[in-house]
Amino acid sequence: MTNLIDIKGVTHAYQTPNGPLPVLDNLNVSVPEGEFAAVVGPSGCGKSTLTRLVAGLMKPDQGEVWLHGKLVKSPRKTVGMAFQNPVMLEWRTILQNVMLPLEIVASGMPKKQRVERAMELLELVGLSGFENKRPSELSGGMRQRASLCRAIVHKPDVLIMDEPFGALDAFTREDLWQTMHELRAKEPFTAVLITHDLRESVYLGDQVIVLSGRPATTQYVLDVHYPGEGLRKLEGLYTPECAQMLATLREQIQIAQGRQPEPAVH
Amino acid sequence: MRNVQKVAVPVGAMLVFLLLWEFLVWVNGWPNYVMASPSDLPEAYIRFWSLFVEGSWQTLWRTVAGLALAVIFGTALGMVMGFSRIARDALYPLLVGFNAIPKATLVPVLALLFIGQHNFNTVLMAFLISFFPIAVSVGIGLSTLEPEYRDILRSLGASRLTIFRKIALPKTLPEFFGALKVSVTLAFIGTNLVEIISPHGRGLGALFLSGQTNSNYPLMFAVLIALAVLGIILYYAVVMLEKIFAGWAERPQH
Repeated sequence: MTNLIDIKGVTHAYQTPNGPLPVLDNLNVSVPEGEFAAVVGPSGCGKSTLTRLVAGLMKPDQGEVWLHGKLVKSPRKTVGMAFQNPVMLEWRTILQNVMLPLEIVASGMPKKQRVERAMELLELVGLSGFENKRPSELSGGMRQRASLCRAIVHKPDVLIMDEPFGALDAFTREDLWQTMHELRAKEPFTAVLITHDLRESVYLGDQVIVLSGRPATTQYVLDVHYPGEGLRKLEGLYTPECAQMLATLREQIQIAQGRQPEPAVH
Repeated sequence: MRNVQKVAVPVGAMLVFLLLWEFLVWVNGWPNYVMASPSDLPEAYIRFWSLFVEGSWQTLWRTVAGLALAVIFGTALGMVMGFSRIARDALYPLLVGFNAIPKATLVPVLALLFIGQHNFNTVLMAFLISFFPIAVSVGIGLSTLEPEYRDILRSLGASRLTIFRKIALPKTLPEFFGALKVSVTLAFIGTNLVEIISPHGRGLGALFLSGQTNSNYPLMFAVLIALAVLGIILYYAVVMLEKIFAGWAERPQH
């Protein structure tokens, strides 16, 4: 299987008034087509920089980012992004918000088709009936659902998510995890998810990449073998298999934070 | 019921204000040449009606023309300051300094510079006095645009112009209209300033001046009230535009 995303030996530093601040140091990440990669790591270790690199919003000092066998030099139309802040355009309705990427990348697409496509996604995430509301009339969870629709409405190769569920309450978050799996079942996409939540990384990810503290390098890659068949179930998180994966990740995070790991139960 | 209240409350407040004014003049026994009372005004309006109509129109169009210039120039300046740090650093002190100058001092300067160009002078003053709030608010609105907004479109390969048109411009509209409400009254003051200080017999300001010269106090106060009414009309015209173009910024009432 070919890798859709290949990050090879990427090193990057930000220029600050106090001299260069290295954020990434020889980072290597590979995500095969259709896979879901969750990235975890200590706070401020450069995870968001990683998303901007994959999106082509910035160029690394050293190393290469490959997307679909092509070197990323500038923004590509084949990327969808979702952030912790759902960044809805308040002056547009939910439907118009979701259709925004189509206006840029598929400007030739007839209006009727755009509306159909957006409505189809809104229904998938349970927002039918809200398409003509303004974002300010919706709850945080609903706005984030709409934001996810907008991120994939133009069928991007890669969905990049920077802590999209971070600001939501625990129950809403679990709901959205479920939605994420349902979306993937209907519309396969390759995804990179930045998160602080280890349970989220295991529940959603096919692989979990642990980054070291700043400057970040790939410290550990966990292949997730989620218990159970078919669509993942939340109950699976409370099985011994998952507990063990979570323990391993916790241990790795502690190493990344530069602390002595507590002995994990294997 | 709510509609009745919407009209009745402000009208009632105005009546109370007029009554208080009338009462104050009556209780102090002020004669007409010290302070006019509201009951003196109708006569002044009837006698000088054609002058009022002509003056109001002149004051109005010159204010609107100055404000239109301020919107165009202020928005352009705000865009430059919003997008470029260097421009911001360079222009801010200049702008603040210019804004701090009492505009009355500029009236003779303009009068000499563009001698005899009364309409041009007046429009120019209305513009000079009112572009500052617009430039500042558009500049701040653009420079505080959250990077995620830009990234969403930039990651799709959108051009800077598209990002400006689809996101930056509509997002700064509420700030823009907030500034426009300040600017509209400022422009109005600018117009009247020129009309009063540099007399050339045009506009409500000139009518005020002639009232002063003739010690016709009822006429002076009648002009002041006319100015207030014109100011209110202009202000609510902006409010209406705001409702149309930036009504989304008003949160639903719960």
